[in-house]
Amino acid sequence: MGNPSGRQVRSRNLSVTDVTSAARPSIRFRGHSLIALVVVPEEPVSDWLAHLDGLAQRSPGFFASRPVILDVSHLPHDRDSLRALVADLFTRGIRVMGLEGADAAVLGPDLPPVLTGGSPTGQLEIPTGKLKTQPNGGPERPRPASLLIEDPVRSGQSICFPDGDVTVVGSVSSGAEIIAGGSIHVYGTLRGRAVAGSGGDTKARIYCRKLEAELLMIDGSFRTDDEVQPELRGRPVQAWLQDGAIALASLD
Amino acid sequence: MAKVLVVTSGKGGVGKTTSTAALGAALAQSGQSVVVIDFDVGLRNLDLVLGAERRVVYDLINVVQGEAKLSQALIRDKRVETLSLLAASQTRDKDALTEEGVGRIIAELREKFDWVICDSPAGIERGAALAMRFADVAVVVTNPEVSSVRDSDRIIGLLDSKTLRAENGERMEKHLLITRFDPAREMRGEMLKTEDVLEILSIPLLGVIPESEEVLRASNVGSPVTLNAPTSAPGRAYMDAAKRLKGEVVAMTVPTERRAGLFSKIFRRAA
Repeated sequence: MGNPSGRQVRSRNLSVTDVTSAARPSIRFRGHSLIALVVVPEEPVSDWLAHLDGLAQRSPGFFASRPVILDVSHLPHDRDSLRALVADLFTRGIRVMGLEGADAAVLGPDLPPVLTGGSPTGQLEIPTGKLKTQPNGGPERPRPASLLIEDPVRSGQSICFPDGDVTVVGSVSSGAEIIAGGSIHVYGTLRGRAVAGSGGDTKARIYCRKLEAELLMIDGSFRTDDEVQPELRGRPVQAWLQDGAIALASLD
Repeated sequence: MAKVLVVTSGKGGVGKTTSTAALGAALAQSGQSVVVIDFDVGLRNLDLVLGAERRVVYDLINVVQGEAKLSQALIRDKRVETLSLLAASQTRDKDALTEEGVGRIIAELREKFDWVICDSPAGIERGAALAMRFADVAVVVTNPEVSSVRDSDRIIGLLDSKTLRAENGERMEKHLLITRFDPAREMRGEMLKTEDVLEILSIPLLGVIPESEEVLRASNVGSPVTLNAPTSAPGRAYMDAAKRLKGEVVAMTVPTERRAGLFSKIFRRAA
């Protein structure tokens, strides 16, 4: 069997507004880019499947929760053989999300859709079944999911922490920005920009003791200072995402 | 032990050079030996404010580039003999400054003086970066208005990250000097309140210098306000700030001009 190779799948951000009923909120589309595993079966398929079983035995869970694309461009196929192959893979815990190089005549609603426009990202490392170890021999520790900043964040400074929450004990100045993969907690005055859920976390929130922020953003939705209710300005406030828009409430 | 002090602000025109001259002269008058260095290469002013513009032979760039010795370039003040000036070059630009050269000069001046005061140019580029690079203490000059405060905030961030002290993991001592303060305009809400400036910048207050014609008059006659008009409101405010720099405890007041027919307001604040 050929090595499975990675492939990047991209789509564009779209936002469609129904012009005939302007009162309705626009439907939000989000772009998403992820690395999919492309498997390339070879003739004879039964041998290839046996080889695959060997791999699955050495590293159980290798395919678990990975998006898988089946590249059949080098495999003679018809509708029945393709359906059988997808079913064979399914019994091994591999769910095919798309096909590449499939003959358009054999496609049907019972087969995964054909994907185009992917770009290769190179060969993926096949696990050998051993646990990854750090140079000192200990098991790999998970990275911390929060960042603590004890000094004021000054104008012009940018704190970017895509791995989780950011907590600032001081204030965040006008002209400074905090970008967090998770939530943002500011125990002083938030005057700069706060961007939470930068990696697409819709559950991320922004908390601050005094709201004077230039911009609040969660997962791409934002609210500028002008759009903040005057009665909430200067107060302890939390911000979260509700129906795709930023909601604000006093914490008092 | 000599202290290297940088007078900086980010924004231009807030009173860095005036403050450098006034604080330098005040410290020198109290018997300390002081050198003030103009880092505003290409736009030098400190020599004018100190009335030494016709005595500049060699300047900072000549010494940085090894064309003159430090002793040749230092200009001793005629009124206070413990005060010296190292002027900037007017014909060069800030690219002529090198970190190695500035470091060598500062180290040499540390041996000779109690205070080495670096007058930073405006901005955050090379001149300003090298003026603060070797400092132990910073005086951040701010006017009570939003753009000046935001620029000062940016400068404080740089003081905490780009100075030699910060890179060695040591704490940079920072003081806030509010200049061009007008109590009447503050009362009318036309200026940021001192409390608000302190809250935003969160560094200790060194002094509040009232807006005064005396400051402009002193600059134009080439004499620091602490020498030209030591009993004027800004003169007294700078004198108090210099005492605080030396570690003395002086009650924080904002001196005002006394005029016949007007009540003078004296604001007292906790230091």
